[in-house]
Amino acid sequence: MASAAEIITPKEAEGALAPESVVVRFAGDSGDGMQLTGGQFTLSTALAGNDLATFPDFPAEIRAPQGTLFGVSAFQINFGSSDITTAGDAPDVLVAMNPAALKTNVKDLKPGGLIIADSGEFTKRNLEKAKYEASPLEDGSLSPWRVLAFDISQLTMDSVKPFGLGNKEALRCKNMWTLGLALWMFDRSREPIVAWLRAKFAKAPELAEANIAALNAGHAYGETAEIGGSGITLPQYHLDRAAQPQGLYRTITGADAIAYGLVAGAQLAELPMFYGGYPITPASSVLHALSKLKEFGVTTFQAEDEIAAIASAIGASYAGQLGVTCSSGPGIALKGEAMGLAIMTELPLVVVNVQRGGPSTGLPTKTEQSDLYQAVYGRNGDAPLPVIAARSPADAFECAIEACRIATQYMTPVMLLSDGYIANAAEPWKVPDVDALEPFPVRFLDAAQEGGLLPYARDTNLKRPWIKPGTPGLMHRIGGIEKQVNTGHLDYSPANHQAMTDLRRDKVLGIANGIPDQDVSQGQAGGKLAVVGWGSTFGPIHQAVRRARAKGQDVSHIHIRHIWPMPKNLGELLKSYDRILVPEMNTGQLKTVLRDQFLVDAEPLNKTSGQPFRIAEIEAAIEELLK
Amino acid sequence: MNDMTPPQKMTPKDWETDQEVRWCPGCGDYAILKAVQRTLPEIGARPENTVFVSGIGCSSRFPYYVESYGFHTIHGRAPAIATGVKLANPELDVWIITGDGDALSIGGNHTMHVLRRNLNCQILLFNNEIYGLTKGQYSPTSREGTRSPSTPYGSVDHPAKPAAFALGAGARFVARGFDVSKNLPEVLTAAYNHKGAAFVEIFQNCIVYNKDVFNDFAAPKGAEDRQLWLKHGEPMLFGSDKTGGVKGITLDRENLCLKVVDVVDGDWQAAGVIVHDVRNRSVAHMLVEMPFGPFPMALGVLYDDPAPSFEEGVVAQNRKASEGKKADLQKLLSTGQTWVVGPQTEAADTGSAGSGHEL
Repeated sequence: MASAAEIITPKEAEGALAPESVVVRFAGDSGDGMQLTGGQFTLSTALAGNDLATFPDFPAEIRAPQGTLFGVSAFQINFGSSDITTAGDAPDVLVAMNPAALKTNVKDLKPGGLIIADSGEFTKRNLEKAKYEASPLEDGSLSPWRVLAFDISQLTMDSVKPFGLGNKEALRCKNMWTLGLALWMFDRSREPIVAWLRAKFAKAPELAEANIAALNAGHAYGETAEIGGSGITLPQYHLDRAAQPQGLYRTITGADAIAYGLVAGAQLAELPMFYGGYPITPASSVLHALSKLKEFGVTTFQAEDEIAAIASAIGASYAGQLGVTCSSGPGIALKGEAMGLAIMTELPLVVVNVQRGGPSTGLPTKTEQSDLYQAVYGRNGDAPLPVIAARSPADAFECAIEACRIATQYMTPVMLLSDGYIANAAEPWKVPDVDALEPFPVRFLDAAQEGGLLPYARDTNLKRPWIKPGTPGLMHRIGGIEKQVNTGHLDYSPANHQAMTDLRRDKVLGIANGIPDQDVSQGQAGGKLAVVGWGSTFGPIHQAVRRARAKGQDVSHIHIRHIWPMPKNLGELLKSYDRILVPEMNTGQLKTVLRDQFLVDAEPLNKTSGQPFRIAEIEAAIEELLK
Repeated sequence: MNDMTPPQKMTPKDWETDQEVRWCPGCGDYAILKAVQRTLPEIGARPENTVFVSGIGCSSRFPYYVESYGFHTIHGRAPAIATGVKLANPELDVWIITGDGDALSIGGNHTMHVLRRNLNCQILLFNNEIYGLTKGQYSPTSREGTRSPSTPYGSVDHPAKPAAFALGAGARFVARGFDVSKNLPEVLTAAYNHKGAAFVEIFQNCIVYNKDVFNDFAAPKGAEDRQLWLKHGEPMLFGSDKTGGVKGITLDRENLCLKVVDVVDGDWQAAGVIVHDVRNRSVAHMLVEMPFGPFPMALGVLYDDPAPSFEEGVVAQNRKASEGKKADLQKLLSTGQTWVVGPQTEAADTGSAGSGHEL
C-alpha cells in the first residue's frame, strides 16, 4: 500500500511551483493572530484578482502555552494568476513569528525559499521552549533557505509608540506589522485592511489607529529596508490577475457555503428550516452562521447534546419544517440511533458531518475523510441513507442544496460530508444567480387518499406522503417500530419486515435515477488510469492529474459527489480504465466501497496525517502506477 | 388550514384508535389511558392539534391508542423530539409520555433540559419503579434492596424522586397522581391549563414485575391516612375521624421543616396547618420529598407558578431579529468583501453591503 511521504524532496519541490503562483505560510504562536493575518491577506489577495486557496492549521487548545511547539498556529495561502485548487504543497515564503513556529514549519519550506523571522522573539527562553540548542538564525542550520531576520517586535513597538499602549497591547500589533510587510511584498492594497480595522475597533479608535500604524510601518519597512550584511533584499512579487469568468465574486469558507446552501435549499423547498446543533469542532461554525439568519425562516436550537440536536430536528421535520443537524464524527456517532428513527419514519432530514481526524476525540482541528463508512454503513439494522460529499468550499453550497432536495423529494435523511479543511478553507466564489436555482417545492398531504388515509403509501419514487400534525382528518401514529406496508401500523410479521426492508433499500437506491451521471472532471472515459476521489482531495488530485497529463501521461480524474447511491454509470465508467487509483485521507474507505459495488481493482493511496494531500504525493503515485 | 365550524363536543370514545391495546391485562396503563381519554374532551382538545410524543418502554406505546397525531420515538429522547415539534409549530398541544427508566435513566438529560427551558407541554411520567418491557430489571426509581433479574441480591443504589428531580431542574408545574385515582383527570386538566412545562408523576402499578409496590399509599384501605390531596387555598389535611384521626401538615419554624400535627375538632387553624399555595416553591421542595415517616404521599398539584415558555421566547426572538430585514438570498450571498471580474478582467471592489468578512 502506498502512503504519502512527509518530507519534500528537492526534486519534488522543483516541480511543485507553478511559476504563476506563490505559496505563503504565516506561522506564529496561537496568541499571535496568525489566522487573522492570513484571513486579511486572503481578502486583499482576492480583491487583487488572484485565484487562491487557503489552509488554516491551528492547535486544538484555545490558549496553548506561549512559545511552545504545540501552540503554533499557521495559515497557508496559495495564490496566483492560474487555476488554483489547493493551498499549495511547499511554501515559497515562511513568516515565522517565533522559534517554535520556525521549527514546526521550516521543513515544509521549498529549498531556496524565503524565511522571514522575528529575531526579537529568538530569546534564550523561547529557543528552549522550541527545543533549539542554539539559535537557528545564527548556527547555519537554515542554510538551504534564504533568511531575513529582523526584530519585528521592536519595530512594532516603535511604530505604535505614539499611541501610548502597554507593552502587551503594543506587541499585539505585530501581526499587522507583518501583514503590512507581506502586502508590500505582493503589491497588495492596504485599504480594505484599514477599513476592516476601523470597523473592528470602532469602540476603541486608538487601537484601530495603532494597528493601522503598525500595518503602515511594516509596509514602509519593505520599501526602505536595507538588510544589513545579509546580501538579501526583500523580493517583491507581481502576480497577474487570474483569468476568471465574468461576474460578482467573494471569498467563501465551506462553513458559510453550507449554511447558505441550506438556507437556499429550504427556500427552494419552500419550507422554514429548523437547525438543531451542539457545539463541536469543526462543525460549530455552521451553527454560528445560521444563528444570524433568522429572517430566512431559520430557527436554530443549541441542544443539550448531539442526540437532542438531531432528535429536535426530526421533531421539527415531523411538524413540517426542514430539519437539519450538523456535527463532526464523534457527534455523528451519537446521532446514529436517531438517524435510524428518521429512516424508519421516513422523514426528511439533512445531517452534515464536518469530518475530523478520528477515532474518538482524535484530531479535533485536523482534517480527515475517515467517516465514509460511518456515513454509508454506520447504523444498526439495514438502514440505508443517501450520502453526498462536497469537494471544496464553493462546491459545498451546491451540495447542501442537493441534500435538501433529496431529503424532501424522497422523504429520507441525507448525510452531507464536508471536512475540517473545507470548513475552514476559503476560496473565491462566483456568486450564483439565485433565480437560476431550480425550485423543488414540497407538497404536504392535506386530505386522505382515495379509500382512506395511508401514511406509508408510495409514489413512483417510493416516497411516502409528508403529513403535518395540525392537518384535520389525517391523524396517524408513526414510530421506530417496524411499520406495516401502506398503513404504517405496527407490524412485526416476517413478510412485512422483508417487504419494508426491501422498500427502504429500493427507495434509496432509486435516488440514482434522479442524479446526474458521473462525469470525468479531467481526461476522458477509458484509458490507462483513472484517479478517483471524493471530498476535499479534489484540489490536489486535480493538479496532480493536470501535471501528469501535461507530461503526456494517460490519466483521468473522476470525482464522486454522490457517494450513496452512486451514479448509475459509475461501474461501467470505472471498468473502462486499466487501473484505478483512489487517494483518500483515510485507510481506504471509498476504495473498499468501489471494490464491493463494482468488483473493480481499485488501488488505495492513503494519508492520515491530519494534513491534506500534497500534489506531489499524488503525482508520484500516478507516476508509479504508469511505470 | 381548513376553516371548520366548531364541532360537537367530543367524547372519550372519539379519542380511541382502532389499534388493539397491547398492555398486560390489569396493567395500570389502562387506567391512565382512560383518564387521558376522559380528560381530552373536557379540556376542549382537538385531535388534529394534539400530538403525543413518547420514548421507549411500556408507557411509550401510549400514542398508538390515542386518536390524535402520535410519535413513538426512541429511548429517552421524547422531550428532545417534542422540543423540535413545538418549536416548529407552537400551535400544537404536545404531550410527552414517558416512564421512570425512559425519563430518568437513559433520558435524564433531556428531561432536565425540557423542564428548565420550560417548553409548553405536558410531561406524564408513568412511574412503576421497574423496567417492564425488558422484563423486570430494577429502575432508577426502584427502592433500595429491590430484587430483580439484574439485582438478584437487591439493588444498592438510592432511588431518584421524579417530582424532586423535576422541581430541582426548574419545573414550574409539578403534580402527582396514580393510575386508578379518580382525581387523575383533574390533575391532568391542571397540567394542561398550565402554560409551560407541566410535569406529572403518575404512580402506575406494574402487575407483572412490581405488583402493588405503591400499596403503602395507593391501596383503598387506609388511603385517607396515607394520601394528602393538595388543593390551592385549602389546608393540608389528611386522615379522618373514622381512621386514625384528622391530621395536618404544619411548618416546624424552629427546624425549618414540615411537621405532622393532630387536628382536634376540625380546628386546623389552631393546629397551625398550612394552607396550600401552589406558587410557594419552598414548600413545594418539602412536599416532593414526601412520603416518609408519619408523612403521607403528597398528591395533586404540588407546585404551579407559570413563567414565560421556551417556544414563546424563541418565536419572539426570531421575530425581533427578523424585523425590518428581507429574506433576500441573492443579497446574502453577495455580502462580505466582493469584487467584480469584468470583460477585460478589470476588477473593481464593489464595496457592497456588509463587512462581515470572517475567516
